[in-house]
Amino acid sequence: MKFRFSLISPVLFFLALSTSLSVKAQDWVRTGSNLGSQPIRLAVTDFKPVGADPQTPVLKAAFDSTLYNDLSNAGIFDMVSKSFLPSGTPGSPQEINAAQYGNDPVNASMVAFGALSATNGRLVVYGWLFDTHNTANPQVLGKQYNEEASVDMARTVAHRFADEIIARLGGGINGICETKIYYVSSRSGSKEIWVMDYDGENQHQITHLGSVALSPHVSPDNSRIAFESLGSHGWVLRMYSLDLHRLVAFPGGADGSLNQSPAWSSDGTRIAFSSSRTGDSEIFTADASGGNPHRLTYFKGPDVSPTWNPKTNAQIAWASGRTGLPQIYIMDQDGSNVHRMTDQGYAVSPSWSPNGQFLTFSWNRKYGPGAPGGQDIYVMDIASLRFIQLTHDSGTNDFPSWAPDGRHIVFERMVGGRTQIWSMLADGTQQHQLTKSGNNFMPNWSWK
Amino acid sequence: MNLRNRVVIPVALVVALTAVAGCKKKQPPPPPVAPAVSAPAPTAQLTASPTAVSAGEQVTLTWRTTDANSVSIDGIGDVPTSGVKTVTPTESTTYHLVARGDGGSAEASARVTVNAPPAVQVPTNTMTAEQEFEANVQPIFFDYDSYDIRSDAQAVLSKDASYLVSHPNIKIVIGGYCDERGSNEYNLALGQNRADSAKTALVNAGVSASRIRVISYGKEKPFCTESTESCWQLNRRAGFSMDQ
Repeated sequence: MKFRFSLISPVLFFLALSTSLSVKAQDWVRTGSNLGSQPIRLAVTDFKPVGADPQTPVLKAAFDSTLYNDLSNAGIFDMVSKSFLPSGTPGSPQEINAAQYGNDPVNASMVAFGALSATNGRLVVYGWLFDTHNTANPQVLGKQYNEEASVDMARTVAHRFADEIIARLGGGINGICETKIYYVSSRSGSKEIWVMDYDGENQHQITHLGSVALSPHVSPDNSRIAFESLGSHGWVLRMYSLDLHRLVAFPGGADGSLNQSPAWSSDGTRIAFSSSRTGDSEIFTADASGGNPHRLTYFKGPDVSPTWNPKTNAQIAWASGRTGLPQIYIMDQDGSNVHRMTDQGYAVSPSWSPNGQFLTFSWNRKYGPGAPGGQDIYVMDIASLRFIQLTHDSGTNDFPSWAPDGRHIVFERMVGGRTQIWSMLADGTQQHQLTKSGNNFMPNWSWK
Repeated sequence: MNLRNRVVIPVALVVALTAVAGCKKKQPPPPPVAPAVSAPAPTAQLTASPTAVSAGEQVTLTWRTTDANSVSIDGIGDVPTSGVKTVTPTESTTYHLVARGDGGSAEASARVTVNAPPAVQVPTNTMTAEQEFEANVQPIFFDYDSYDIRSDAQAVLSKDASYLVSHPNIKIVIGGYCDERGSNEYNLALGQNRADSAKTALVNAGVSASRIRVISYGKEKPFCTESTESCWQLNRRAGFSMDQ
């Protein structure tokens, strides 16, 4: 194999230089981001309605579409189009002929199916996952759910069942179907903090400050949101309790200067942020309660947008203008061992991947007066400095944030003066617009 | 597919491509082309923003030319082939640009109407304190991604400082602003540095630091919302207001 490759590769360079490079680039990012190179072919049937409750069709429609979308969004499945499926809706293991789904034209390795009923205000769902090629013992998964009958809950149950399938077939990595995305929206008239489900459903306003609120970052336990807002004496770090539904004290972030871009360590004990309290924006860390602020950087020029290595909490990446236009740097959490990661253009807004291997950030590699370069999302392998461009020729893209599965990235995209939130797989495919109302910015993917 | 085919076919293709390239070299050179007698004619554009101001207010001139060797603007002199410049006309002016190149010359002009200053229309004693402040303490503008004080801003700042020194009871807020390009977070830091640069200059000119409050607005509160260089220039500023 090695011998053969060494003969062929120079030829490939002659014949298809760009194609071969882009295929290889996809390989390393797909492997490192847990997407894998061999998607599993998965069939999902519509669930069988049981009983005659008038609520059932509405709940079933919400459940079926959510389950299918969740599994297609997962990034690890080759989904069978529903039009290829055999007729009939099997509602139980007795009603399915799994081998039928394993043969032409479906050719699925796995099939998910089940039954749904609404009775006396309760939603009851039975879901199964079968291996189509294991006739002796086909059941991979069997789940039962019993919840209050509502459309929201039908979607939640679909999310939970999808996450079970994803965890089982995706190498044990938990799915993200029940995660949230925190973001900034100006649709109420001022920039406030909002939240939505990972798929763009359920959009809710959280803060009502009437000022300018930016850079929301949710704590790893989903209990608090750190952000900054404009006050009469500069920009103040704020802490909003999702348990108490109000602001709580964060004393280290209010000193009459510019305090911004708070970032949680993955153990929830510390916050890194940017502050101009010493005269020029520098990176600081503080306790999660806002105590013991500690300065890490000492260079002229803006230092902003820190992000911790969530695998170790021993390193921080950030954007620094110490050499002119902002570039991405990493350092140890005590400020030592500084390395520059980008070599040109305008690079900002880093987010560190959950496994510690990658940075994603926004980069305009041809930035300058009159230069028509685009501001796009990139992923860089930290050890090798290899990078790939995830967005191309579509607007101005900024503030990428990793999902906890390492497979997904959410970001903001401005097209024609309108800014919306999009998600995609970590190799740049499957780009979906999540917001449509008003203008929406600075998304942050929850940790679980 | 066996090993032999996988190697032989691409190698044969490379050999074939090399052969084709080799043949091309042997072709006789093309007949000489008559030397070009006419270079492309230059083009020139010049815009002023805003086109109507009060005396003492600043106007941003933006120009762009193609195929020009030398470009000059009346009253300003020789300038780069494209650029941006802030001027402060005292009377209505037509800025006239001439671009000369190998292929001829091109001209462009932009008219700025200067209204009489408010001080002339309205007796000083009827101006509110804020109007007087605004007329005397003018904003300064910055280059792209920079918080260095430009030479044209030095002159504005010394006038600003002399007014503030002679009115020691006025406290001020300096707002730092950026254009729409780049990240919100980086621009907040850049705006802070612009406001701090202006503060340092005023303090060096004798204004007490205790009278000055500084706030960065980054790109959150733009004065102008078009995606043009003249609009971006208007947004790259440190602005001054009275601190109530």
